[in-house]
Amino acid sequence: MMKFALFLGCNIPARVQHYALSARAVLARLQVDLVDIREFTCCGYPMRNTDQKTALLFSARNLALAESRDLDLLTLCQCCFGTLKKAAHLLEKDASLKEEVNAFLAKEKLAYEGKTRVKHLLAVLHEDIGPAALKAQIQGAFKKLKIAAHYGCHALRPSDVMQFDDPVSPGILDALVAVTGAKSVDWSQKLECCGAPLLGVNDDLSMKLTAGKLADAKASGARFLTVACPWCQLQFDGVQSRMETEGRTDADLPSILYPQLLGLAMGLSERALGLSMNVKDIHGVNAFRVE
Amino acid sequence: MVFSVALYLSLALFAIGTVVKISTWFTRKVGVFGRHFTTAQRVGGALKGIFGVVFSAKIAALLRALILDVLLQMRIAKEDRLRWVMHLLIYGGFMLLLLMHALEDHITAKLFSDYYSTLNPFLTLRDIFGLMVMVGVAIAVYRRFILRVPRMMTRPMDHYAIVIVAVILLSGVLLEGAKMTSHSEFIRMVEDYAGMDDEEEIKALESYWVAEYGLVSPTVKGPFEAGILEKGYEAHESNCADCHAPNASAFMGYTAAKILAPVAAGLDRANGVTVFWYIHILACFFGLAYLPFSKMFHIVSSSVSLLANAVMDPETSLPENIATRQAMELDACMHCGTCSLRCSVSVAYEANGNAMVLPAEKLAALKAYAADKALSPKAWAALGEGIVLCTNCDRCTVVCPAGINLRELWLSAREAILSKDGVPLLMLSPFSLFRGLNRHRLPARGYERPLKALRQAMADAFPLVRDTETRIPVTPVDKDFKTEAAGTGPGSTFAYCFSCENCTTVCPVVEAYDNPQDAVGLLPHQIMRSLGLGLKDLALGAPMLWNCLTCYQCQEHCPQGVKVTDVLYELKNMAAKETAAGS
Repeated sequence: MMKFALFLGCNIPARVQHYALSARAVLARLQVDLVDIREFTCCGYPMRNTDQKTALLFSARNLALAESRDLDLLTLCQCCFGTLKKAAHLLEKDASLKEEVNAFLAKEKLAYEGKTRVKHLLAVLHEDIGPAALKAQIQGAFKKLKIAAHYGCHALRPSDVMQFDDPVSPGILDALVAVTGAKSVDWSQKLECCGAPLLGVNDDLSMKLTAGKLADAKASGARFLTVACPWCQLQFDGVQSRMETEGRTDADLPSILYPQLLGLAMGLSERALGLSMNVKDIHGVNAFRVE
Repeated sequence: MVFSVALYLSLALFAIGTVVKISTWFTRKVGVFGRHFTTAQRVGGALKGIFGVVFSAKIAALLRALILDVLLQMRIAKEDRLRWVMHLLIYGGFMLLLLMHALEDHITAKLFSDYYSTLNPFLTLRDIFGLMVMVGVAIAVYRRFILRVPRMMTRPMDHYAIVIVAVILLSGVLLEGAKMTSHSEFIRMVEDYAGMDDEEEIKALESYWVAEYGLVSPTVKGPFEAGILEKGYEAHESNCADCHAPNASAFMGYTAAKILAPVAAGLDRANGVTVFWYIHILACFFGLAYLPFSKMFHIVSSSVSLLANAVMDPETSLPENIATRQAMELDACMHCGTCSLRCSVSVAYEANGNAMVLPAEKLAALKAYAADKALSPKAWAALGEGIVLCTNCDRCTVVCPAGINLRELWLSAREAILSKDGVPLLMLSPFSLFRGLNRHRLPARGYERPLKALRQAMADAFPLVRDTETRIPVTPVDKDFKTEAAGTGPGSTFAYCFSCENCTTVCPVVEAYDNPQDAVGLLPHQIMRSLGLGLKDLALGAPMLWNCLTCYQCQEHCPQGVKVTDVLYELKNMAAKETAAGS
């Protein structure tokens, strides 16, 4: 049985609870054991702009907490993934930096040696469990459902550090979409940023990028987006909805969190997957299911 | 006389203090929510709100909160069992003492027709209640000073709370003990209640009380013959026992009596009982009079907060009531530090020492701010950083035992703080996500102001970015700057740049503008070149830095292996240091 420390980060418990809900439901069905560590804090991502040193301490402390329990760490958020992975990479390369960081962690009787691996949900589903095993769990596959798979930035890039998928032509999420019976469409902006990192900093730019992506995905014939990151989901769900009222987009392309999509295909209940917690209604996706 | 004067004086001060305190809930403004409402409107709104709750289905939620949250304090139990035990012991013990002991004439005597404070079970109960409080205070001291719960800070008000409770309790126990040992008390009781005139019999009774009741007599001393004690016992049974249970059943007072025994004779001559009595009642009255201004006011304010939390909703409650609630919540915080313990960004405090990052300390500063107390420029800057350096993860709100909606408090107060000078550069980071997500709930006027102020501050700090007239000398090269940039690991890779412009071509931010250079100053490849040339102002001052999505497209696509995004991160860090040093 696989076992991970579940790292939720800050956005999911506060604003994207259905992501945790659906991921837990799906992983439970797949016999993946999740351990919650209450002492986990922010990964450090928003701190990197102004103070990378402190951001690194955030990450290292979380890594050390997982390591103290001999667990690998599973993230649902790509920004947490990118930040933690980057921190692990830096600490692996730089022994003196590691020593400095460990001196800080020692105040809490923690230490980080580098044993804990950081994994994103998509990689656990695709590598550790595998499409074949997932397929065996499908109870009501989708048919004729076109999905625009949004990969998100921080799992893919920088690829030398993330080691997640081919950064130019990734296939993990497409394969995972295919598992559900849905078709992952090609769209030119598939690998671009959702725009969320600039929300609150430069709203016009942030929403312009989002609008561009939505229009492109819509033009590709997709009925829904699927994502695996709370930042992307916030942007494509609540922010898209707000953009509609401000006349910034008319794409009307709801976003489904990937474990919601997978969970539906696996026959999990809408309630267990938090379907009604999305801002933009995604219940229409059920019309594409064949029992 | 002294008792009555002190009682009525402290009651009056308590009443005035409570009214003053509660009035600030309707006058103080914490943040932008409901800022324009007058006090009269807020009082009206509160009455309307209370009326609406009492005569609606919400009354069930209110009663539920009253029982579970206020009386049983289940929110504390959920977070920390030891603390829950501590709090129940102090609050439960103190309340029971108040009802049974302090208000004995008004409550206990009315309920029990045969009530005497010297009879059991009352005599023992008083000590049991006292012991509960003492154990609770001991746990409080243990948590704060020995266990040292992480990030729980101790302010003078926390010391006061422990001291006042401890003084009331200790003086009470010492008073009880001193009374037991006091010979003059014994004589008084014999005269008042026993109606004995046989000297022999009184002496026998005295012997019995010395042997069994902790009395210290100047004349009668043990060991006693069995016959004397037997006689004393008989006198006790017929004269005292009906109204006086064994002193040993008041186990704390009795222990105190045994400890005081060696000095009891002197203590009695010095009127020790009266002295302890004065200390005890004056401490009680002081505690009562000062209660509205001390941490102890949380008895009222935290209860109100928990009840408000049960029936109020940021989306649907009247905005004037939200303003009132937020002012009240500042008083409801008893500085327990649960929020700081669970804070998602607490590492920033541990690393850099700004306590205002921690919710409990931030709230204390907001309280001073709302009361129009002047903050030093340093404290103001620290508060500004603290209010922005927050991922709005909601944990503080979820765990607060007083039911304070800290999320809304921060959202409201942040706008007020950001409307002043000294906006932290940290705003130009993903910490601003929550503010962006809630833009529609914030006053439109003023939303862009702090962001514009920061962009302007950066433009002022690095004027050459916009200045296309000035010729920038490229020699001598700013070696210090280049060395500093190169010394940061990924920074050193800028040297491989040969200006193929791939980074700029793939940048979605550049792509988003018709005239990107106008919008972001320098394009990514130009920043790399500026670094190569050692042009600090250009490299650090380009607005491109703060419009970078950190999507890593540039870095991924660099044929030369320049860590473009990482270099931009380094430059942002350097610019932050540079502007912080200059301000």
